[in-house]
Amino acid sequence: MEDLIEILKDLHADVDYDTCETLIDDKILDSFDIVSIVSEVDDKFDVAIPAKELIPENFNSAKALWALIERLMED
Amino acid sequence: MMRSVVEYLDITAKKYPTKVCYRDEKTALTFEDVYNQSRLAGSFLLGEGLCREAVAVYMSKTPSELAAFIAVLQAGCFYVPIDDEMPSKRIELIFDNLKPRAVICDEETRENASKFAGSAKVYSWDEIKNSAINEEALTQVQKTRIDTDLAYIMYTSGSTGIPKGVAVCHRSLIDYIESFCDVMKFDEETIFGSQTPFYFDASLKDIYPTLKCGCETVIVPHSLFMFPIKLTEFLNEYKINTLCWVVSALTMISAFGVLDENPPKYLKIVGFGGEVFPIKQYKRWKKALPDVRYINLYGPTETTGVSMYYEVDRDFEKDEAIPLGKAFENVDIFLLDEDNKLSTEGEICMRGTAVTMGYYNDFGRTSEAFVQNPLNDKYPEIIYRTGDLARINERGEMVFVSRKDFQIKHMGHRVELGEIEADVNSIEGVSASCAVYLKKKDRIELYYEGGPEEGDLTNMLKERLPRYMVPTKVNKMDKLPLTPNGKLDRKGLTALSEK
Repeated sequence: MEDLIEILKDLHADVDYDTCETLIDDKILDSFDIVSIVSEVDDKFDVAIPAKELIPENFNSAKALWALIERLMED
Repeated sequence: MMRSVVEYLDITAKKYPTKVCYRDEKTALTFEDVYNQSRLAGSFLLGEGLCREAVAVYMSKTPSELAAFIAVLQAGCFYVPIDDEMPSKRIELIFDNLKPRAVICDEETRENASKFAGSAKVYSWDEIKNSAINEEALTQVQKTRIDTDLAYIMYTSGSTGIPKGVAVCHRSLIDYIESFCDVMKFDEETIFGSQTPFYFDASLKDIYPTLKCGCETVIVPHSLFMFPIKLTEFLNEYKINTLCWVVSALTMISAFGVLDENPPKYLKIVGFGGEVFPIKQYKRWKKALPDVRYINLYGPTETTGVSMYYEVDRDFEKDEAIPLGKAFENVDIFLLDEDNKLSTEGEICMRGTAVTMGYYNDFGRTSEAFVQNPLNDKYPEIIYRTGDLARINERGEMVFVSRKDFQIKHMGHRVELGEIEADVNSIEGVSASCAVYLKKKDRIELYYEGGPEEGDLTNMLKERLPRYMVPTKVNKMDKLPLTPNGKLDRKGLTALSEK
């Protein structure tokens, strides 16, 4: 989770990722960010996020995104 | 003789009055709607005494914004698209350069438009589109206009940090649309999915063929480009069959395997441009949708839009590049070497009606790029030097090699690394900076010394630069490394980032 927060902090340093649950709904993350996140997550965790997981619900909070990564790592 | 692009609408609105012209999720405007609204609002603008001058259109990306563009043309003026997505610093600089007397806004943008407008009057689209018609004044505009009057200005990135406003006349735009429609073979069945913001010339590819050929343009919500499955669902819902998109938007679909999971069902034509299409991604498209026509489109804003095309007609190896192809009709494209001699490898130069009028309110920078044809010493003839290097392959096609200067292509946009540096260097406390571009990752990183901490700097840059120019990562250093000549060690820093 810490590694993930670091990736996210690189994109937006001023966001409180522990509490924010509206990263997409409030347009904090944009399409450039999503592309960066997918590629950084692939680099760091060796996890390729498949298209069907690219939905707003999985990116609205760091917690949701981390849950997704954990799920994909188990597969 | 055709003198303005408005004439496309005059004809098409009579032919297909009730057919949808421009739409998004919420609104659909028929050709008749666009015709009527643009004439009513055009009458209003004429009543305000505006004449052959700039009108800034600061609206959300909606069908109404497109009708507003046409309204400005109806009044014999030229439009300048401004968007809330642009950083405030850039909007300020554009208004400084443009000094418009009129700004058109909508409910969403009213507050910001008023903030930047200065002494300009701000008009609400909803109000002016319901004005009274003034047939006489509109007819007078049509009678007296000439085809070298401006149609629009698009602002592009400039290396000094000041954006350059490319000024384009009706004649160049008509010339472009005629050739483009011939090559692409659009007709009244064509349904475009509009991807690019209206403040980029890439959006012309949807807007004007729609008026000429009676097509339909569907504005794709920006947010869908984050979520490729939802994106293709949208394309299918609106039966979109034609995409003229930047490569990164197409890659968004192919890189995540959406072409297998939920392919776009109606596609017939895919035009792509803005940057080189990675062969791996192109092959995925070709494999999933083999019957689609794939066409590479190339051309700088300064020569109106697309000037060169290549319809993919053969297989490519992984290490090959898809050619830029050949010139549109009525454009002459040639390569000049360092001694300004014709060559099979050199800078892409263009001559013809496609060459635009130059940079607005900026004779200095205009004369640097719009120059006398060095091959002609007998009479004045302006060519545009693109700054792109290309070579001619064994098949006679032009192939892109690289940029001549520090300008790069990132996410489909032209970016001057120097512009980023100029901006960073203007921040208090920063003593030096160096922006590097990592081609493989398509990523910009920044190194700088002095000034704010990394997180604060990133936030400041987001306020000041367009989104696609903001470095993915910024790195503060005590001292930036120098080459033995005392210049910033760009190569060293690039290598450091590539690690």
